[in-house]
Amino acid sequence: MSEMTHYREVWAPRPPRTRLMVWFAWLLLVALFVYCWQVMTENTIWAFVSDAPRQAMDIGSRMVPPRWGYLPELLEPLWDTLNIATLGTLGGIVMAVPVAFLAARNTTPSARFLRPVALFIIVASRSINSLIWALLLVAIIGPGLLAGIVAIALRSIGFVGKLLYEAIEEIDTKQVEAVSATGASSVQVLNYAIVPQIVPTFIAIGVFRWDINIRESTILGLVGAGGIGLKLQSSINVLAWPQVTMILLLILGTVVVSEWVSAKLRRAVI
Amino acid sequence: MLQIDSLSKTYRTGDKALTDISLSVPKGQIVGLIGPSGAGKSTLIRCINRLVEPTEGRILLGDSDLARLGKRPLRRQRRRIGMIFQEYALVERLTVMENVLSGRLGYVPFWRSCLRRFEPHDVRRAYALLDRVGLLQHADKRADALSGGQRQRVGIARALAQEPELLLVDEPTASLDPKTSRQIMRLLTEICAERKLPAIVNIHDVPLACQFVQRVVGLSAGKVVFDGDPSTLDETALSTIYGADDWHAMQQESRDDDEAESALRLVGVGT
Repeated sequence: MSEMTHYREVWAPRPPRTRLMVWFAWLLLVALFVYCWQVMTENTIWAFVSDAPRQAMDIGSRMVPPRWGYLPELLEPLWDTLNIATLGTLGGIVMAVPVAFLAARNTTPSARFLRPVALFIIVASRSINSLIWALLLVAIIGPGLLAGIVAIALRSIGFVGKLLYEAIEEIDTKQVEAVSATGASSVQVLNYAIVPQIVPTFIAIGVFRWDINIRESTILGLVGAGGIGLKLQSSINVLAWPQVTMILLLILGTVVVSEWVSAKLRRAVI
Repeated sequence: MLQIDSLSKTYRTGDKALTDISLSVPKGQIVGLIGPSGAGKSTLIRCINRLVEPTEGRILLGDSDLARLGKRPLRRQRRRIGMIFQEYALVERLTVMENVLSGRLGYVPFWRSCLRRFEPHDVRRAYALLDRVGLLQHADKRADALSGGQRQRVGIARALAQEPELLLVDEPTASLDPKTSRQIMRLLTEICAERKLPAIVNIHDVPLACQFVQRVVGLSAGKVVFDGDPSTLDETALSTIYGADDWHAMQQESRDDDEAESALRLVGVGT
């Protein structure tokens, strides 16, 4: 140890230039916020906004109490909704798994041709909301449950595919190396070294997507794709507010239950 | 028997990892490959079973030149070469038995391996190997439930399940404590002697190597700079391999290890 050396007492995590840049970035952000606020409020009619509490109270008072007697009529569409979510998730997973293996850099058979195709499928599926998928599918295959199931499945491909292919790319390569060193073929390597590593993530992704799909499928009826959304729309159309409240409460209850189930399932597999 | 002729490896980045290596390993001989980090020990071992593609040279195992094989024949030849890894490289989420049986993958069709329906004689051999490495009662545990020394023994059983004609061993003891390291080296040398297996063992720990191997090959900057009996590995030889300063430090370290081991033995701690 050298003693009696004069050390500086000033230390900053960033050099002054960088600090100045950070400060400017913040300034820009605040300026942007102020500008956006102005644009946003330009076309607002303030008379309506000041009226808002009264309007909300009005609708609110018409919505309570919920019409409990409506509940039995809702159970069948609710069952349809759960079926749309579950079958849609399963269909989505079945289609997403091969796409994920084609998209992952370390498993794709051809990085030049097949990988971009798989990535495009994932992006296309993710960029279109399930409500829009349902709108298209109702036009193509007609209204009903099937349209809802296919819509949910198509939307799920991108989500499941993306998370799964990222999981495949992050596996431990030493295990893969060890299995290929035994003289195993590439499908055997997939089966023995890659699949065991991604199984927990795979199940977690599937359950998570199922949970999201329950929420998404409640709304699909709005465009005629079956389920509880149909009831919601018809109730809103005739201004039957107590029924709307009943439906919203039921959806809330279902989502809470599905959240609880998926949390349990995820904890069980990891 | 393994014969390597003027093997060279240049990485795509332009780094020359191996230059003109020639080496021949007769049946039943255990070769310790020593050298500083970055000398090319791992690359050399991996070139032999083509986990790393060699740039030039020939690698003869029996009659076939491993350096020039296509995909399918390479897989066939890889079955003859067992490999043991530094951090065990077991498939953590599979059971011990599945890991050992994965040594048979090159011999069984896909449907058998996928359904885990291995042939009776493969299963019997896997049990026998687990018994040999002392893990018979752990067969159905998941690999990640075992300790380091136990995992390395599973790694050894997996390599032996291939019924190899050559063992490649990459830093078998680097993640193990001194006592377990010795146990693993002892097990490896015994097994090689039983089966007349030649082996190339990559190893950092020079005193440990000298204790267990019959021949030492020293690599430095991708070249063979020493090749001989462990007893002839004197200070001059070590200086050519590692540079002058390091040797004393290493001797000291080995003495510390010995002390640690005897201390452990005194208080009766061990795996």
